[in-house]
Amino acid sequence: MSQAGMPVLQMRGIVKRFPGVVANAGIDFDLLPGEVHALLGENGAGKTTLMNILYGMYAPDSGEIWLRDRRVSIASPHAAIALGMVHQHFMLVQPFTVAENIVLGQPSPREPFNENSRDLHKRLDALSQKYGLAVRPDSPIWTLSVGEQQRVEILKALYRGAEVLILDEPTSVLTPQEADELLAIISRLAREGKSVVFISHKLGEVLAASDRITVLRDGKVVGTVAARETDKQALACMMVGREVVLSVTKTPAHPGETRLALHNVQADSDRGLPALRGISLEVRSGEILGIAGVDGNGQRELEETIAGLRVTTGGSIVIGGQDTTNTSPRQTGCCGLAHIPSDRYRMGMLGDFTVAENLMLQRLGSPPFTQHGWLQWDNVRQAARELVTAFDVRTPSVDTLCGNLSGGNAQKVVLARELARAPRVLLAAQPTRGLDVSAIEYVHRKLIEQRDGGVAILLISTELDEILSLSDRIAVIYEGKIVGLVDAGEADVNEIGLLMAGQSRQQGHLREDRVPQEAL
Amino acid sequence: MTTAASLPAVAPAARERTRHLLIALGTPLLGTFIGLLIGAIMIVLAGDDPLVIYQTMFLGAFGGGRQLTETILQASPYLLIALGLTAAFRARVWNIGAEGQYYMGALAAGATALLLPGVPGYFMIPIMMVLGAAGGAVWAFIPGILKTRRGINEIISTLMLNYIAILLVQYMARGPLQDPQGFLPQSAQLVNADRLPLLFGSRIHLGVLIAFLFVPIIYLLLWRTPLGFWLRAVGSRASVVRYAGVNVDRMILFAITFSGALAGLAGILAVSGDGFRLKGDISNGYGFDGVLIALLGRMHPVGVMVAAIFFAALTVGAQAMSVVSQLPASLASAIQAVVVLSVLATDAAVHRGRD
Amino acid sequence: MNWSLLLSTAFIVALLTSAIRLATPVALAVLGEIITERAGVLNLGLEGVMSMGAVAGFMVAYYAMMAQLGVWSPWIGLAAGTVAGIAMGLIMGWLSITLKADQVICGITLVLFGQGVANYLYRQTFNSIAAQGPGMAFAPIPGLSHIPVLGPVLFDQQPTVYLTVLLTLLVWVLLFRTTWGLKIRATGENPAAADTSGVSVTRVRYQALLMGSALAGLGGAVLTVAQLNMFTENITAGRGWIAIALVIFASWRPWWALGGALFFGLADAIQYNIQALSQVGLGAKTLPYEFLLMLPYVLTLVALFVRSRASHGAAPAALGRPYTMRRVE
Repeated sequence: MSQAGMPVLQMRGIVKRFPGVVANAGIDFDLLPGEVHALLGENGAGKTTLMNILYGMYAPDSGEIWLRDRRVSIASPHAAIALGMVHQHFMLVQPFTVAENIVLGQPSPREPFNENSRDLHKRLDALSQKYGLAVRPDSPIWTLSVGEQQRVEILKALYRGAEVLILDEPTSVLTPQEADELLAIISRLAREGKSVVFISHKLGEVLAASDRITVLRDGKVVGTVAARETDKQALACMMVGREVVLSVTKTPAHPGETRLALHNVQADSDRGLPALRGISLEVRSGEILGIAGVDGNGQRELEETIAGLRVTTGGSIVIGGQDTTNTSPRQTGCCGLAHIPSDRYRMGMLGDFTVAENLMLQRLGSPPFTQHGWLQWDNVRQAARELVTAFDVRTPSVDTLCGNLSGGNAQKVVLARELARAPRVLLAAQPTRGLDVSAIEYVHRKLIEQRDGGVAILLISTELDEILSLSDRIAVIYEGKIVGLVDAGEADVNEIGLLMAGQSRQQGHLREDRVPQEAL
Repeated sequence: MTTAASLPAVAPAARERTRHLLIALGTPLLGTFIGLLIGAIMIVLAGDDPLVIYQTMFLGAFGGGRQLTETILQASPYLLIALGLTAAFRARVWNIGAEGQYYMGALAAGATALLLPGVPGYFMIPIMMVLGAAGGAVWAFIPGILKTRRGINEIISTLMLNYIAILLVQYMARGPLQDPQGFLPQSAQLVNADRLPLLFGSRIHLGVLIAFLFVPIIYLLLWRTPLGFWLRAVGSRASVVRYAGVNVDRMILFAITFSGALAGLAGILAVSGDGFRLKGDISNGYGFDGVLIALLGRMHPVGVMVAAIFFAALTVGAQAMSVVSQLPASLASAIQAVVVLSVLATDAAVHRGRD
Repeated sequence: MNWSLLLSTAFIVALLTSAIRLATPVALAVLGEIITERAGVLNLGLEGVMSMGAVAGFMVAYYAMMAQLGVWSPWIGLAAGTVAGIAMGLIMGWLSITLKADQVICGITLVLFGQGVANYLYRQTFNSIAAQGPGMAFAPIPGLSHIPVLGPVLFDQQPTVYLTVLLTLLVWVLLFRTTWGLKIRATGENPAAADTSGVSVTRVRYQALLMGSALAGLGGAVLTVAQLNMFTENITAGRGWIAIALVIFASWRPWWALGGALFFGLADAIQYNIQALSQVGLGAKTLPYEFLLMLPYVLTLVALFVRSRASHGAAPAALGRPYTMRRVE
């Protein structure tokens, strides 16, 4: 059997069950040497579980894994050394240098002491040259851009001798230009003999980058196709199992009076560096204004200043005619703002509390839920039950702990709660993060409904497709400023992509004024 | 239409609830039992018979009217302090300074009473209670504001203030407030009018009743008022509380000040109910034991009540036992600590097993 | 106030010498806690660990003395204190790393456990007798100890002082010049990153915790064996807690830890040298001794206050949070 033809990696009949769900239901997957093989599927299809099994995080309930001609059982990530996994959320120690991150856990030639940094840096430079992954070994991680950090992750895997690289949603944190560069790097890796598994839910780049594509749905393999023999429509159909409408149909907007106005808003990040440098925008009733941009350009600070969770250092925010600059979430709520937060577990819901308590969260202190100072739990539960029915939240009861709900249902709880407050302005930040296609469709439908009912909606999202399909007007945020504002009908995707990247190719230089959130 | 991944785990609600209850009750019981077992081993190592020792302790705590009175008397400062700490701990505000707050409450109220001996009792006693609570509240407020304004860890700041408070009271008892008719470092006795009335013709004083009254009060506060809900929410995820528009700092300050107030109240209740003097050892580690009791009682008022009585029984029983055996009374503190430790371990082990 | 006497060489030398000596137990505890916290474990049980180290060290030294082991007695006691520290560390580790109980609750419980058991053990063994241990002789370094002023202060100390300085150097080298130190620091900053790099987070945290509590146990033993030469209830008097505060004050850096401990040692020394102070006019008449006793605690609060803004970003990022690795069943 020739080495060239034998798969470098084979997974046969992998089954993995979690309580209440079968994540992988008998999956076959193989990887040829020097190939780029994409694993495509929506959220919840089982792709990350499969790769976690490969990487040693879980043991499969049944099935086999073969590395070349040997059957292996991978007990832990330490054992998966031949497999280099590049996680979606980087596994880097921020205060350490690039070199320190790469050699962490590896034996040093001068045990027990650390290797001499000059020698180490020389070796790392050679390695990074070979694969076109230029990055300075003595830079602390927190000074690097997101794209550079990703290159460090890849270098880490290569340094440890990985023959197979697994990239989990690698472009989710990159600008379109950085994503192109990554795809070029992946090609080069393949040419140098590495085999790459590419996990994604983005049809365009999967088609551009891979040799073969395996589509997963509901824990099963729907099919494996060669990239040049298929197209977006076919892939989407395989992914979802039915004809997919790739964009939401909506009636034209009829915007009314201005409900939310920001005028030259400035604010600092947690680190004290300027994050918003003079944002001015208006959202009118009956329209959706979408803010596009790559994560880390001030979206979080924008969301928080509008909601009253972050102080501004300048400018003003007016909601429904009232100045709400530097007030509080209570005030913004009183002025008619509802907020779907970008991080539902940190901000949006109390996981250790019941669905009922979460559904009434901001209203618990008011009648009829509190009377004469005492909480009326029966009223709370009753109102909660009504909301659960109205929003089709799948939960055994309103007394179930919110943390036990699936991502989609938890987000429905947040959505139900915020919409039940009958807002006049809705701030929706990353409203479909981590949700599967049906939940995404539901949320999109509800947002359009609210818009048609006259609510002014500010949509902040890093998913460009979502922005394009939902918004009536689109603004692009880049390094704390609005760098473009267009009507949706006239929007040119390429131009928006360029705006998202600052309209110039700026990779690899030290951005002293923009520190990644993880470093805080 | 939902994908396989979004189906939540479904179980009949009622069966789930009884299971929860069994686990919630059974775990601390199991832990207590294990702790007592380890205590028995310690007794054996010390050369005594654990069954005899435990029996003596049990009789010493519950064996008769006098013993029962002693146990209840001992339990009441434990209970009041631990109830206050329950509210604080539920908000994850780790007030370890109950000892100091107890002293400051006793000082504020006791000093006032000593300086104004002529005021009638029905006037003075309520004032003393208010001053006691205020003294403890202020002493707790300081580390509270340090935490909210400067991010200073409240565990360390409350502890430092403990030592400072105890030393302060020692100084006052030895100096300005010293009993002019004696040489001991203690204050004069409180006049009769300022001593708490006794109940049931026994030594049980009003303070005991007040302590037990707070059991339902704390329950109602935490589970039936919006304030209590937010306190518990802060202890769970303060960032969500902020998002919901509630001032987290204010919740933290309330939690710590409230627990300080109860500790200070406990201080003056103990002094004016029993002892009647201010001195350096008006507490026998009540503040620290209060922390243990709150944890042992799983931060629930009923559990705390049971735990407080349990602790008191161990303390009183150990004193009785130390008279007739060669084991020291401090065996009680050792066993108490072992029990709390094993309850903690059992609880963690059970919850880890269920994850 | 007699300024000439206050500022006299003899007085300052006496004060500084005491300060260094008194700083030693705290310094050891701070060093230990720095290692532990750098790995992401918050060991609040230091006060209990030091108590157990103190009682174990004293009792073993005492019995060694009784067994005629002479000059070895204090050292055997110190070793026993270290072992007691490790034992406490094991308990803390089992509770907080393996069982994943809340680290704050574990620590507080451990303190009360350590103090309770230590007090009980002493009572059980010695009743009310205030036993006297073997003590430890001073070991002046020949030549250096004769330098004026600095000589007696720095070079005429007990061997435990020299040991502490040596240990500080070792801890610094360990944390910043070895691969093990890299693992420890990584585990404290980003345990997930360490895990996926092949570092066993559990093992590293246990190691750091055990090293830390060994040093704290040693510190407790130094207190009773080398310094006070006796044991009473709660003899550690809050030193463990002060050590935890000093870790923040020292920004998790070993050499700064020595500085912080010296700060505390000075406060303690002032209190011990009251006799000398009353000779220069400071004393019971101007300042009651209780207020002097308060000094270390007040200074700790001040130190925390001063550093509270500055140290906000210096803490290891994953400090205090248990790490759950999804592992193969």
